[in-house]
Amino acid sequence: MQNNQFSPKLSKVLKSKGLSAFAAALLSIALGLIFGFIVMIIAKPENSWYGFTNMLFGGFGRLGDVFYFATPILMTGLSVGFAFKMGLFNIGASGQYTMGMFFALYAGFMFDLPSGIHLIVCILAGMIGGMLWGFIPGILKAFANVNEVITSIMFNYIGMYLVDMLIQQNATMYVSSKTRTAYLPASAQLPSLGVPDSNVNISIFIAIFIAIVLFIVLNKTTFGYELKATGFNKNASKYAGMNDKRNTILTMLIAGALSGLGGAFAILAPSTIPGSSMTYEPINVIAANGFNGIAVALLGSSNPIGIIFSAIFISHIQRGGTIVSSFFGYKPEIIDIVVAVIIYFSAFAMLMNANVAKMIKKRRLAKAVQSINSNQAAADETPQDKKEA
Amino acid sequence: MNTIYYLVQNMLPVAVPLLLVALGGMFSERSGVINIALEGIMLFGAFFGCLTVYFTQNSGMNAQVILLFGMIAAAVAGIIFSLLLSLAAVNLKADQTITGTALNMLVPAVILLFSKMKYNSDGITTDVNFYIQSIPGLSKIPVLGDMFFKKTYLTVYIGFLLLIIATIIFYKTKFGLRLRACGEHPQAADSVGINVYVMRHAGVGISGFLGGIGGFFYSVGVMDGNVNGHTGVAGFGFLALAVMIFGQWKPIKIMFAALFFAFLRVLAYSVALIPILNQMDINQTYFKMLPYVATMIVLIFTSKKSRAPKAEGIPYDKGRR
Repeated sequence: MQNNQFSPKLSKVLKSKGLSAFAAALLSIALGLIFGFIVMIIAKPENSWYGFTNMLFGGFGRLGDVFYFATPILMTGLSVGFAFKMGLFNIGASGQYTMGMFFALYAGFMFDLPSGIHLIVCILAGMIGGMLWGFIPGILKAFANVNEVITSIMFNYIGMYLVDMLIQQNATMYVSSKTRTAYLPASAQLPSLGVPDSNVNISIFIAIFIAIVLFIVLNKTTFGYELKATGFNKNASKYAGMNDKRNTILTMLIAGALSGLGGAFAILAPSTIPGSSMTYEPINVIAANGFNGIAVALLGSSNPIGIIFSAIFISHIQRGGTIVSSFFGYKPEIIDIVVAVIIYFSAFAMLMNANVAKMIKKRRLAKAVQSINSNQAAADETPQDKKEA
Repeated sequence: MNTIYYLVQNMLPVAVPLLLVALGGMFSERSGVINIALEGIMLFGAFFGCLTVYFTQNSGMNAQVILLFGMIAAAVAGIIFSLLLSLAAVNLKADQTITGTALNMLVPAVILLFSKMKYNSDGITTDVNFYIQSIPGLSKIPVLGDMFFKKTYLTVYIGFLLLIIATIIFYKTKFGLRLRACGEHPQAADSVGINVYVMRHAGVGISGFLGGIGGFFYSVGVMDGNVNGHTGVAGFGFLALAVMIFGQWKPIKIMFAALFFAFLRVLAYSVALIPILNQMDINQTYFKMLPYVATMIVLIFTSKKSRAPKAEGIPYDKGRR
């Protein structure tokens, strides 16, 4: 694929690559859903069809919730996907997310600022919290060659214990009788979009905006180019004079900031009860949204635009799962299984697709050779396509 | 002295799962396949091990015999589950990190689904006492008897036995040499007639075997014979990866790394029982963070010269030889 970097028909190749990633995602989604359907048939045959259709379409009845729950996983998905582009596996999105939550909570409770400014400070605080937790693994990777997978896993645990402890020690934030944090002041809450029975708020638009910005950064800037080049071939990009240490740190910093923002968006959301907002319960569990972000990033093949859709899709199917579990007697874990199977297949769906595409192209090639009228353009195209496949 | 006895007695049952799983990771990675799915493999093994214990606990067999049955079930389950990784990674040339992550996500969901449907709980709860108060004869040895043959589990001895066997296989057999070659330079290995695909399947299979047993031993030694889909194995699969890197992909070093980590963890959970630490009046959470922080500090100093197997993570393609 790298060979195509220098070909004049770059845009065309990119297009077909994006298309094949999309087809691969669709194929793995279909396989995952079929698997989920089979599990449903085994679990409770009499309800399986209604269960399945509700899992698929139930989310449409609760679009507000779909977008609300999509926001944090969109952010962690962007975080993981962005790091993936440089060949870094940011499994630490959970820790960065938790730190973002804590920093946002801290700013929300401890700073007394006029409304308007307060919210912005809280969001920025969340971003800084996540950045910090991404920065350290980045530095360690760049200067001490410590595997970022291990450091970021360690930081997941350190962050979780640290945040739980700091929250429990803070009397302003923590209501010990409820074993969770108090409600945030109204000035620190994200403005709600006013969808009835839903927490959906403006952060979904911010998140989508950030995704588009990332897409531009990755595809239209030197930094984005260097990042992808390092992801393709570390040594070659180093040889070409790219500062891989700086890029590693910067990538982890940005990835951390994205996860941190996800945490801030999750905790600063207003809840359906008017005047109150979401709370945090310190129970020594690693935030699931970080790991969901990995799934989102993989399904969206690390493309920011793809990640928008995959986050919404996963959130949609999870909402379907809650409907299925509350009305049809299935367990919500079915959705987790479906998502896991989708990711499993997506690991080699690209390959399956490439094989299918190769077959089709071979046939086309044969046809083109047969027809004497085939012009030069077709002949130009074929070797290139082969390379891509 | 009693404190030291206490720490050693509690450290070993924690160290053994880490040791076994890290050894499993070593076999997999030295054959050229990154195994991030260790966490999932552990939990899958623990689940089937506990299920076996659950069905045999009322048969009147000796607890240690039941443990052996559970261990066999866990090993078989681990091998079968690891096939999902090796098929995708070796035959289908899938991305190994993605596959591993997917498998990690799958297992807790499967366990929760099954347990909720079958037993209306979050996991399997068993009622067998695997604890060994003292081993007759051996526990009479001064000092050593107190440390190693009292208040322990059978898992500790099996774990160290497996370490010895694994080390011998790894360094002293043709198979071990071939396996290591496939992780360093599969093309060269292939050129002298070694089947890289078979060796990589074997490497991942061994990691499934050791990972499954390690998971069950975690259930026995740390969770009192239970398994829970929510807490799972508390990140021990990932910690084992850290232990493996810390141990430089070498069996004996991995053992020391596992002991080091387990020691810090036991220390963290028994602060209240150790007078010196208790008097310092430090929040216990700091001690809970200690194993992770310490592992990281050690990694900072050892990673500069650390060298992962050269071909790990790269699917082997015969056509590109």
